[in-house]
Amino acid sequence: MRAPLLEVENLSRHYAVRRGLLIPKRVGTVRAVDGVSFSLERGETLALVGESGCGKSTTARLVLRLVEPTTGTIHFQGEDITSMQGEPLRKLRRRMQIVFQDPFASLNPRMTVGAILEEPLIVHDLGDAARRRARVAELLGLVGLAPFHAQRYPHEFSGGQRQRIGIARALAVEPALIVCDEPVSALDVSIQAQVVNLLEDLQRRLGLSYLFIAHDLAVVKHVADRVAVMYLGQIVEIAPKDTLFADPRHPYTRTLLAAIPRPDPHRERNEPVAGGDVPSPMAPPDGCRFHTRCPFVVERCRREAPALLPVASGHLSACHLNDMA
Amino acid sequence: MTLLSIEGLRTVFRTDQGEVTAVDGVDLSVARGKTLGIVGESGCGKSVLSLSVMRLVAPPGRIAAGRVMFDGRDLLALSAAEMRALRGNRIGMIFQEPMTSLNPVFTVGAQLSEAIRAHDRRASAAELRKRAIAALDRVRIPAAARRVDDYPHQMSGGMRQRVMIAMALACGPDLVIADEPTTALDVTVQAQILDLLRELQQQSGMAIILITHDLGVVAEMADEVAVMYAGRVVERAAGAAVFDDPQHPYTIGLLGSIPRIEERRDRLLAIEGAVPAPFALPRGCRFHPRCAFAGADCTEAQPPLLEVAPAHQAACIHAPVEAFAG
Repeated sequence: MRAPLLEVENLSRHYAVRRGLLIPKRVGTVRAVDGVSFSLERGETLALVGESGCGKSTTARLVLRLVEPTTGTIHFQGEDITSMQGEPLRKLRRRMQIVFQDPFASLNPRMTVGAILEEPLIVHDLGDAARRRARVAELLGLVGLAPFHAQRYPHEFSGGQRQRIGIARALAVEPALIVCDEPVSALDVSIQAQVVNLLEDLQRRLGLSYLFIAHDLAVVKHVADRVAVMYLGQIVEIAPKDTLFADPRHPYTRTLLAAIPRPDPHRERNEPVAGGDVPSPMAPPDGCRFHTRCPFVVERCRREAPALLPVASGHLSACHLNDMA
Repeated sequence: MTLLSIEGLRTVFRTDQGEVTAVDGVDLSVARGKTLGIVGESGCGKSVLSLSVMRLVAPPGRIAAGRVMFDGRDLLALSAAEMRALRGNRIGMIFQEPMTSLNPVFTVGAQLSEAIRAHDRRASAAELRKRAIAALDRVRIPAAARRVDDYPHQMSGGMRQRVMIAMALACGPDLVIADEPTTALDVTVQAQILDLLRELQQQSGMAIILITHDLGVVAEMADEVAVMYAGRVVERAAGAAVFDDPQHPYTIGLLGSIPRIEERRDRLLAIEGAVPAPFALPRGCRFHPRCAFAGADCTEAQPPLLEVAPAHQAACIHAPVEAFAG
C-alpha cells in the first residue's frame, strides 16, 4: 500500500500573546491549532469545517509550510517536510498550491491576467517564453475562460471569473495538492455553483487532491469525500462524508448541522442548537473544549479531555458519550 | 392589516455611464406581525430598496418615482423632520456588519441611550440607563446591567449583533428592516439570532422586512417571499410556494444551484453567465440572456408581475412554466 499523499500528525501552532509597548511581556498563548492529525489520499477531497477561530485556516497554512508548526510532523508524498528549508522547500511549493477566499484581494490589480498566470511558471523556471504563453492560454481554457482574457486586468472580471483565474494560477505548476481556503464563500449562490462544478471537473480530469476549508456544510456535503470538524484548534470528529451527515456522533457536529438554515420552509429543527459563543482560544475550557456549550454535558466532560477515538470504520469522534453508547 | 406598502418605487443613481436604475418599479407590502423576505444576489437592488424605504438614499442616488405608504402616510412626502421622528422610532433598522455599525469609542449603553433619547428628550440619565439595560435584557444578553458599560470590542460578533437588535427595538418599532442581519455570523450564532428575532416578533407584533441572499434564512423566517433580479421583483408568493412551486426561471435556477444537506446531487445546476451591470441591462426581460426557457419574444418587453396562482405572482411570459414546458 502506498503512503497517503499527505499525512499530518499531532500538528500544533501556538501564538504568544504579548502586552506592553516598550518591554512586551508574554501574557498568554493562543492555541490556534492544538494536536491535529489527519491524512489525505491521492485524488481525495478532505474538508476541514468549523466556525471562525477554530483553526481550519491555520491548519491549511501549516500544511503548506506558510506557517511554522510548534509541534508535530507533516509528510507529503512520503517525505517529511516539517522542517524543510531553502531549495527543497522552494521546489516543494510546486507540488502544493492554494486558492484563496477573496478573489478581489488575491490578484494583483496592476498585472494582466496573462502575467499573473505566467508568474508561477517563471518562478519555477518552466518552459521558455513561447511555451509559457501557450501554457497560459491552455490554463485559461481549463477554467472556462478564453485566450484573449490574458491581456485584461483583474478589475475587468466578475467575482466568479476572478476565482477562475485564481484556480488557473494554482493549476499553472501542475500541483498534486490544492488547498482551497473558502473558495466559494465570497461568491453569489448562482456563481458558487459554477465554481464548485469547475473544481470537481478539474479534480476528475487532473487527478487533484483537495484540502477544502469551508464553513458552509452544504457546500462541503457536495464536494468532500471525507470531513473533519474542528472546534477551538482540535478535530472533534472525522468521517467519510455520508457517514458524518447521516450519523454525526459529536454534539458539536450535531449542533452545526441543526443550525444550518435549510431552503425548505416545511422543515422543523429536531435538534437543539448550542447556546453561547465560542470561548476564547486564549483560555479554552478545561476538559472537553465544547463542554461549556454542550447540551449533553456530564461531570467527566469538565475534568477530562476526550480523545479522538474510532466509533466505526473510518469514523472518529472525541466525546465521552461514545463510551456510554 | 397592511402596515407598509411600497408602490411603483424607482430609485436611480447618477453615474459616469449615465443614469442607472437600481430599483425599478417595485411593488411590495407587509402586514403587522408578518415577515417579508426579500432575496436576491449582489446588485439586485435589495439593499437600495430598504434604504429607499428609510429615505436614506444619498446623492448621487435619488428616489425617482413611487410611494411608500406606512400606516396610512406616504413616507416619501414627509418633511425631513417628520421622517427623522419615525426613523429609529416606529421603523427600526438592523444592518449586516455588527463590527462597523457600532461606534468603537462609546460604550454600548451610551449608544443605546442616544437612540432612546433621540425620540424621548425628557428621559433622565438614570431612566435612560434603566431602559438601555432593559433593552439588552430583552435580546438575552447575560448580565445586562454589567455589559451595558462594555465597549463594542469587548463583545463577540453575536453579542454585538444582539446590541444592534436591541437598538433597533429600543423604541418599540412597528416595522424592523433587517438587511443581512446574520450574514457576518457563524451558523450556530446565526440560529440563535434568528430564533431571537422570531420570539421578539411574537411578543411585540412588529412587522419585519428581512433582506438576505440566503434562501435557507428566508425559508425559516418569511411569511411572504419576494425574489429580486436586476432591480425588479421577478417572483412573489405567500408561504412556501416559492420553494415548493417556483415559477420564474431565475428562482428555479437559484434553487437548483444551491447544494443541499438533505439530498445527493451529482452536479449543481449552475445558472450560466453573471448578473448584468446596471448600466448595461439587456432589452426585454433582464434575465433572458441566462434563461434556459428564453425565446425570441423575451427580448421584446419587460414582463409584468402577474398572478400565476392565488397569492403567487411571477414576471415571466412563459409562466406558469408547467404549461409552457408541456
